[in-house]
Amino acid sequence: MSDEEEDLILDELDDEELVLQMYDDLYDGMADEIDEAVRILLKREWQPYDILTKALVEGMRIVGIDFRDGILFVPEVLLAAGAMKKGMAILKPLLIETGAPQLGKMVIGTVKGDIHDIGKNLVAMMMEGAGFEVFDLGINNPVEDYIDAIKREKADILGMSALLTTTMPYMKIVIDTMVEQGIRDDYIVLVGGAPLNEEFGKAIGSDAYCRDAAVAVETAKEFMARKHNQRA
Amino acid sequence: MDLLSKLLAENDWLMADGATGTNLFNRGLEAGEAPELWNVDQPDKIRALYQDSVNSGSDIFLTNSFGGTAARLKLHNAQDRVRELNLRAAALGREVADKAGRPVVVAGSVGPTGEIFEPLGPLSHAEAVDMFQEQGAALLEGGADVLWLETISAPEEYKAAAEAFANLKAPWVGTMSFDTAGRTMMGLTSSGMVDMVQGIENRPIGFGANCGVGASDLLRTIQGFAAAKPGMPIVAKGNAGIPKFVHGHIHYDGTPELMGQYAVMVRNSGARIIGGCCGTMPEHLLAMRAALENTPMGPAPTDEEIVAALGGFSSDSDGTGATTAPARTRRRRK
Repeated sequence: MSDEEEDLILDELDDEELVLQMYDDLYDGMADEIDEAVRILLKREWQPYDILTKALVEGMRIVGIDFRDGILFVPEVLLAAGAMKKGMAILKPLLIETGAPQLGKMVIGTVKGDIHDIGKNLVAMMMEGAGFEVFDLGINNPVEDYIDAIKREKADILGMSALLTTTMPYMKIVIDTMVEQGIRDDYIVLVGGAPLNEEFGKAIGSDAYCRDAAVAVETAKEFMARKHNQRA
Repeated sequence: MDLLSKLLAENDWLMADGATGTNLFNRGLEAGEAPELWNVDQPDKIRALYQDSVNSGSDIFLTNSFGGTAARLKLHNAQDRVRELNLRAAALGREVADKAGRPVVVAGSVGPTGEIFEPLGPLSHAEAVDMFQEQGAALLEGGADVLWLETISAPEEYKAAAEAFANLKAPWVGTMSFDTAGRTMMGLTSSGMVDMVQGIENRPIGFGANCGVGASDLLRTIQGFAAAKPGMPIVAKGNAGIPKFVHGHIHYDGTPELMGQYAVMVRNSGARIIGGCCGTMPEHLLAMRAALENTPMGPAPTDEEIVAALGGFSSDSDGTGATTAPARTRRRRK
């Protein structure tokens, strides 16, 4: 670090190099560098939406792939998400101001009886990193909380998490209630948590089981694309 | 000498217990309820849980105190009852063990705080040490022979507990959960754990793996430990298969026969303390004990033999040895 010759001046990089450098800095969780790079791109009159999608979201997608493949682990992803967040803090008000398109909105929470939240928090962070808006209900949510929140927040996606084999069946209660109210098909329902598997996801009537946070992001994108196609 | 070290000196292998949570849920514990509250509210059910392990041939059983740190009890508004709940957990265990008619180790279970350490999360090292020390002291006061740290993911947390137990001068055992592509959630490999444990001043009596994914993955982890030549007893407590959703209930698909095979394979792979984790019921323990007693020591199973007997691995590699990850091309960096 003390070797000045190798010091990198972000502002001296052209746009393409700078964006590539941002992928690296996100990967390494370097929040200050991301902060600086976002400001540089804004100064170069990039649209906030382009900075979000072309630099930050793409960078986090790479992080997500290596997390999915067992190359990066939770500590690295937390660092990367922290760096992303710093960039997002600058962009968020500008995105609202410019009326940038939204990727989708997710309501997420750990089910009733379950107080574990590390996995759920990771998914929330990665979803935000991918450009989704996330409303986090926290832990121990009864069915009413989920239903109220998806209606009130006009969510596209409901995400439910459980770490315990004893709490995972509660996901079915939530989905059954949605069916009773005739609103099941208005939402994409994704489920996840250490003891779950694909078979379970199908058995309870969810749209998909997501093995980890990276898969959750990819699955959410896929379902949102389908939803848009249906509307078109 | 503590009872566990004594038994290890006298025996080639020892059998630990099975699941605490699964067994308590079968006795009527509701999801979301803190099992530790039952140490005071339903002591007979906790005695029965311990007695089941003793009756099934366990040499060691873990107390009902997994979520007994202030950080976990806080989620049930019971953070002020750490001493009371842990003391009871161990005292009930002492009662059962002393009546067993043979030496049985009461191991004071200490689980993760559930918090992420600084700088990534809010938990400081000092806070973690305090919490582990508070819980450990109560378990010892209640009569635990050893402290038993389990299901840890972060090296920082393992070390914080080691420091707390050193302050208490307590003999201890510590296992981690390898559930993510062969590593812990925080990315530690089996050989990485051996390095870490050997670097700890207050070394545990034994170290190892519990929970994780299925029995196959756990076996691979144990073989990873053995390959790193730790020179100390290895603990294996694997889940009874994989949870399946059957008629509205969760059922672990590992049969007693399968767990018997697992027990023998894991012993042949180098484990000296062998037990089960989630889904492991008394009938599994009986089958494990019988298989261990009736099967002579043999060579460690190959990956193919593990897969054939217990099912496939959850990931291609366990992260040890040469890295298979493609090297990322880096741009210039300071």
